[in-house]
Amino acid sequence: MKTETQAPIYLDYASTTPVDPRVASKMMEYLTPEGEFGNPASRSHRYGWAADEAVEEARSHVANLVNCDPREIVWTSGATEADNLAIKGVARFYKSKGNHIITSKIEHKAVLDPCRQLEREGFEVTYLDPSEGGIITPEAIKEALQENTILVSVMHINNELGTLNDIEGIGSIVRKHGAFFHVDAAQSTGKAEIDLSNLPVDLMSFSAHKTYGPKGIGALFVRRKPRVRIEALIHGGGHERGMRSGTLPTHQIVGMGEAFRIAQQEMSSDLVKISNFHEKFLKEAMKIEHAYINGDVNNKVPNILNISFNFVEGESLIMGLKDIAVSSGSACTSASLEPSYVLRALGRKDELAHSSIRFSFGRFTEEADVERTIEILGNVVERLRELSPLWEMHLDGVDLDAVEWDTH
Amino acid sequence: MAYSKKVVDKFEETLNNPQAFKVGKFDPKEVNVGTGMVGAPACGDVMKLQIKCEQKGNTHIIKDVKFKTYGCGSAIASSSELVEMLIGMTLEEAKEIKNKEIVDALELPPIKIHCSVLAEDSIKQAIQDFESKQ
Repeated sequence: MKTETQAPIYLDYASTTPVDPRVASKMMEYLTPEGEFGNPASRSHRYGWAADEAVEEARSHVANLVNCDPREIVWTSGATEADNLAIKGVARFYKSKGNHIITSKIEHKAVLDPCRQLEREGFEVTYLDPSEGGIITPEAIKEALQENTILVSVMHINNELGTLNDIEGIGSIVRKHGAFFHVDAAQSTGKAEIDLSNLPVDLMSFSAHKTYGPKGIGALFVRRKPRVRIEALIHGGGHERGMRSGTLPTHQIVGMGEAFRIAQQEMSSDLVKISNFHEKFLKEAMKIEHAYINGDVNNKVPNILNISFNFVEGESLIMGLKDIAVSSGSACTSASLEPSYVLRALGRKDELAHSSIRFSFGRFTEEADVERTIEILGNVVERLRELSPLWEMHLDGVDLDAVEWDTH
Repeated sequence: MAYSKKVVDKFEETLNNPQAFKVGKFDPKEVNVGTGMVGAPACGDVMKLQIKCEQKGNTHIIKDVKFKTYGCGSAIASSSELVEMLIGMTLEEAKEIKNKEIVDALELPPIKIHCSVLAEDSIKQAIQDFESKQ
């Protein structure tokens, strides 16, 4: 994507995407004195009216992509805030009806941390284990529902694995039970079809920067029929029908709207291209001995591919792959020194979690990037195994699980 | 990952030229070879260090070293740094090596200090193994 020879190949689109240049140029129209810089809440002059019009047009673009009413879209600072608003907002508003919440162990921290906070406030939270393939099934939800369950929060696409949950199946069970259903769809827009007019989902979180929009803007879908009410987290002016106060950042909102409008137009062509990359990459990567895919390969989106290369540690693999920008579930790349909690929740051995790499493709990935990555990958894994005492023991026929390790 | 240039360079040199940087193995059964292996796969790092010693006067000196390390970039760099220090040392000198020397040589960030501790443990264990055979 970048033309300088030194720039690494970017395969970390699940972390963030670049802003599409078409989106950036549209955003520029809403900043400077020559542009529409007005406060959308100013009702007394045309600067305000023009900004408001732009915000409402963007709201329609977001609503169109997921097939809901624009009045059901609430702007937030990103998917993290949308998740917080949905989870804390519903729990606190409906606390007189019950205090039990269900979520899963493989949710993003933006869902898990608000749940932890609610536990401190007296709520009871069930954290479901995923299947080995990284899926949360409707059956698992059904079993966990209690009389006092008021909210279920399950992600649509897992950010580390790319696995897809059956939100329609889960939603109908939750709705029948009379609880609310929140879905974190930060990874979904432009990658998987979402039709909120037919899905039994009450709240859904979106992010702009995973779909070629700017960072710092997202949205929460809050269903009007049947109506869902939430307690606001931020007060100060009553913007967004009281659910989220604060001056609306017109340029960010316009950026998200334009990004989602383009996503709707280009989703199918993006998908065809990325599916081809996925197929090619997977086929070649699986030629490497002892490489394992994390997550159910038959139930995932093609833009994310998470692979463990046994006997090689993930951070050193990332350092070896210095010409490629990817992320790892290895403890060494996190501040906590714990390997990925998502991979651990799948029941993978810790060493496989330490050995995992997430490759994620996107709109600006080219065939040559995929080919070059495969070439470098095979070579670096081989050289790191040359350096690995575990690989040597494996070749000597030692059962690594039977060794008594000197743990520290 | 805020590594110093020293860690990155050491890691890359070792990866690109394993023979020159003493990656490999000795037969652990040889009387003049001492082997140390520390760490655990579940923790994300395992270091295996082997020394080959030669009698000199009333002590032994380290004639040659081989190692293999599974772990993050700084674990590999720490092993490689240690190996360079060891060659030509007497066992008494090698016993005196402190992890701090590796930390300083590589400018390891605080979160990676454990890599240097592991390296120190690996030479201690290798010497112990060698001495137990004499």
